Amino acid sequence: MSLEIIGISVLWTFLFGYVIVASIDFGAGFFNAYSSFTGKKHILTKIIQRYLSPVWEITNVFLVFFFVGIVGFFPKTAFYYGTTLLVPVSIAIILLAIRGSYYAFETYGSKGHRGYAFMYGLSGLFLPASLSVVLTISEGGFITMVDGAPVLDYWALFTSPLTWSIVVLSVTAVLYISAVFLTWYANQAGDKHAANLLRKYALFWSLPTIITAGGIIYELRFHNEAHFEQLMNVGWMFGISFLLFIGTVWLIWKRRHYGIAFGLLVGQFAFAFYGYGISHYPYLLYPHLTIYDGFTNETMAISLIIAFLAGFLLLIPSLYLVLRLFLFDKDYVKGLSETKGGSQNE
Amino acid sequence: MFFDDPVISSRMLTLLTLSFHIIYATIGVGVPLMIMIAQWVGIKKNDQHYILLARRWARGFVVTVAVGVVTGTAIALQLSLLWPNFMELAGNVIALPLFMEVFAFFFEAIFLGIYLYTWDRFEDQRKHLMLLIPVAIGAAMSAFFITTVNAFMNAPQGFEMVNGELVNVNPLAAMFNPATPTKIAHVISTAFMTSAFVLASIAAFRLVKGSNHDYHKKALFLTMKVGLVFSIATVIIGDFSGKYLAEYQPEKLAAAEWHFETEEHAPLILFGILNEEYETRYAIEIPSALSILAHGNPSREVIGLNEFPEEETPPLFIHYLFDLMVMIGMFMIGLSLFYWIGVKRNWSFIQTKPFRWLLVLGGPLSLLAIEAGWWMTEFGRQPWILRGIMTTSEAATTSDHVGIMFILFAGLYAILGIGTVVILTRMFRHHPVEKELAKQGGGAK
Ligand code: HDD
Ligand code: HEM
Ligand code: HEM
Repeated sequence: MSLEIIGISVLWTFLFGYVIVASIDFGAGFFNAYSSFTGKKHILTKIIQRYLSPVWEITNVFLVFFFVGIVGFFPKTAFYYGTTLLVPVSIAIILLAIRGSYYAFETYGSKGHRGYAFMYGLSGLFLPASLSVVLTISEGGFITMVDGAPVLDYWALFTSPLTWSIVVLSVTAVLYISAVFLTWYANQAGDKHAANLLRKYALFWSLPTIITAGGIIYELRFHNEAHFEQLMNVGWMFGISFLLFIGTVWLIWKRRHYGIAFGLLVGQFAFAFYGYGISHYPYLLYPHLTIYDGFTNETMAISLIIAFLAGFLLLIPSLYLVLRLFLFDKDYVKGLSETKGGSQNE
Repeated sequence: MFFDDPVISSRMLTLLTLSFHIIYATIGVGVPLMIMIAQWVGIKKNDQHYILLARRWARGFVVTVAVGVVTGTAIALQLSLLWPNFMELAGNVIALPLFMEVFAFFFEAIFLGIYLYTWDRFEDQRKHLMLLIPVAIGAAMSAFFITTVNAFMNAPQGFEMVNGELVNVNPLAAMFNPATPTKIAHVISTAFMTSAFVLASIAAFRLVKGSNHDYHKKALFLTMKVGLVFSIATVIIGDFSGKYLAEYQPEKLAAAEWHFETEEHAPLILFGILNEEYETRYAIEIPSALSILAHGNPSREVIGLNEFPEEETPPLFIHYLFDLMVMIGMFMIGLSLFYWIGVKRNWSFIQTKPFRWLLVLGGPLSLLAIEAGWWMTEFGRQPWILRGIMTTSEAATTSDHVGIMFILFAGLYAILGIGTVVILTRMFRHHPVEKELAKQGGGAK
């Protein structure tokens, strides 16, 4: 495997990790806000805060890792994307900032202000929308070179049906992923009410997710034919993804094995995500930039990979510790350890 | 208007974001060490006051970390958004520490999360204390990595330019450039010093407001002692930084000191103003002191600003920033030394309100010194973004929307800044020390 492929695979994997963990986080914020406005607050808030409190920072690091990594491995992306993405990414930063800080402010500081919950919930919908625009732009056709500098055509971007279907997919997928995960988590915690409610949300959002996903493949045919054809070459990956989707919905419907249901869901998104990524090869930005002409020098690539492996060896045990202490610790999940004096939430 | 120029507005936005982030970053690097010291003293002396101190600091720390993380994310993205040409070039050489920095954060964030949620899960308090070690190391490592990037911008090396192409890249040589040792030592010691004085401010403030509790007195004494140690370290390392500048960036030192003619026995100029002919007025001159700062020898020659082409010299106002930083450094040593001797000798003067107000001032002053130091060193690198290789205007984005982004971010930081203060005060008002001590069973006094 060439260094370019190793680099992009590592980054794509981190992006995938971010998509899953961030979706859980974004969606949870939305359900929290939604339920507090429909009077079901007491059912959800606890579950959501217990899961999210310890992990929100870790979620953020996945994103930082991705974009620091992509500029490291492919410095030319800074030139193309850096120049053109100023506005959408700045908006995303501001939303992330509101989220991260208000979340901390509310959890550790004052409690239960509706305005906070509302902002937090809403930002969870706008964020996937503004971040997913980057994927749309990478399909090409929106960036032109003027005097040697890339310029983004906002009008074309905002009037393209592809843009809007990707935005809709990102939002529905966020809600779906989050609902499935939280159903499982609430069930683990033995909170039947919350699990039932979240199960309904999960079923509700499953259909829109799969319909918009299909819609995008259809749109792509008109927008970027080359990409569409490559997509068809790995059509089997999308086939498997679809089967996994059916599996998740069926298990949730039957109220069985929520953990496995979530596992299948991760598989579903993994196949679709990697299928999309593989068919995008070799372009980072149609038609201006490929992973080959944007790549860093060999020395840097090798040192980044070594640093990555070393860092990974350090992180795996620590992440395992977090999961054991918070996600799979029965007492913690059920909220029992709090009576032993959880320091933050008294 | 200046917002129409992408170069100027990019510089202003970078200035804004970094100046805001550095406050939280400094606290993020320094406070874990302070928590560790307090908890350790508490365990050793079996004194609940210190344990509670560690606990309350940790609780407040979470809020500042949260803002540090979001503003840090903003900078990391803005580096590519505002300086795409710089990142495209420098990314080839200096991406390694940027990349490793993320791992350091990751490490720190994970253990901080565990530490905060496990106060009472361990029978043995010492095990809980151990969890702080990776937090403190992670924080110091991230400061280390990011500062190597900044050092590289000042003293780039580890590559060759052949026909505009970068060849023979050596990432380690780029990281460990001549600016690295002094810069890192100075940044980390100032972070420790500033965090200590900021925490001392809080304790002093409680005492000014009429509390007479042992808890606050212990807190004040501990933080001032640590502050004293690190402010002495800071000044010593600052002196080495001056020697680094004299050797590798003489134009920055000369501009900071308004030193125009190359000469021996160069005097150190404090404050003053410049007239049309570039002569200093109303300044305090310390004979030969600049030669000592630059070379450790009063008779050595110091290169003057006139040796450099005018378009390559930094702005002269950095002189005031330099003076501000140095004066605050000296003042804080004096103040904390005076306090320390005062406590040992039972001077009643250190218990008076005016003196305690001075201690309250110490935290904000130290933060001001941090800001002044960074502004001095960053403006002092101008017109270069990568000294001798790329100028700031070549590096900037060509996008027309930077001005409006500046306004948006200014609003964001205002909200975050006010939010931090409001939440922190509310948090501690809802949980008064006395009540918490009573709950712990250690509430005598
Ligand atoms: C509490 C903050 C603080 C205090 C009291 C001092 N400094 Fe400082 N100084 C910094 C905070 C700082 C800083 C923010 O950490 C800087 C900015 C960039 C850097 O590397 O460190 C810095 C940079 C900096 C530089 C430029 C280094 C470079 O560009 O590579 C010099 C020459 C000094 N300092 C010298 C001193 C001296 C002689 C001091 C004492 C009297 C002093 N500093 C006190
Ligand atoms: C956190 C403390 C820092 C502060 C307060 C700070 C302050 C500043 C200021 C005032 C400027 C504007 C200079 C001018 O326009 O004349 C600037 C520019 C810049 N700084 Fe720093 N800086 C800090 C640390 C860093 C670090 C660690 C890096 C490297 C990773 C960095 C990278 C840059 C870049 C890329 C620019 C824009 C180019 C330039 O104007 O030279 N800064 N910073
Ligand atoms: C000398 C200057 C700087 C210091 C000492 C510093 C230190 C810190 C610290 C301590 C935090 C995290 C708060 C915590 O987790 O405890 C932080 C957050 C962050 N900083 Fe800075 N920083 C500096 C400048 C910069 C610059 C120039 C960048 C951009 C490259 C940057 C990027 C970040 C990022 C991305 C985060 C958030 C990481 C996360 O998501 O967890 N920092 N910084």
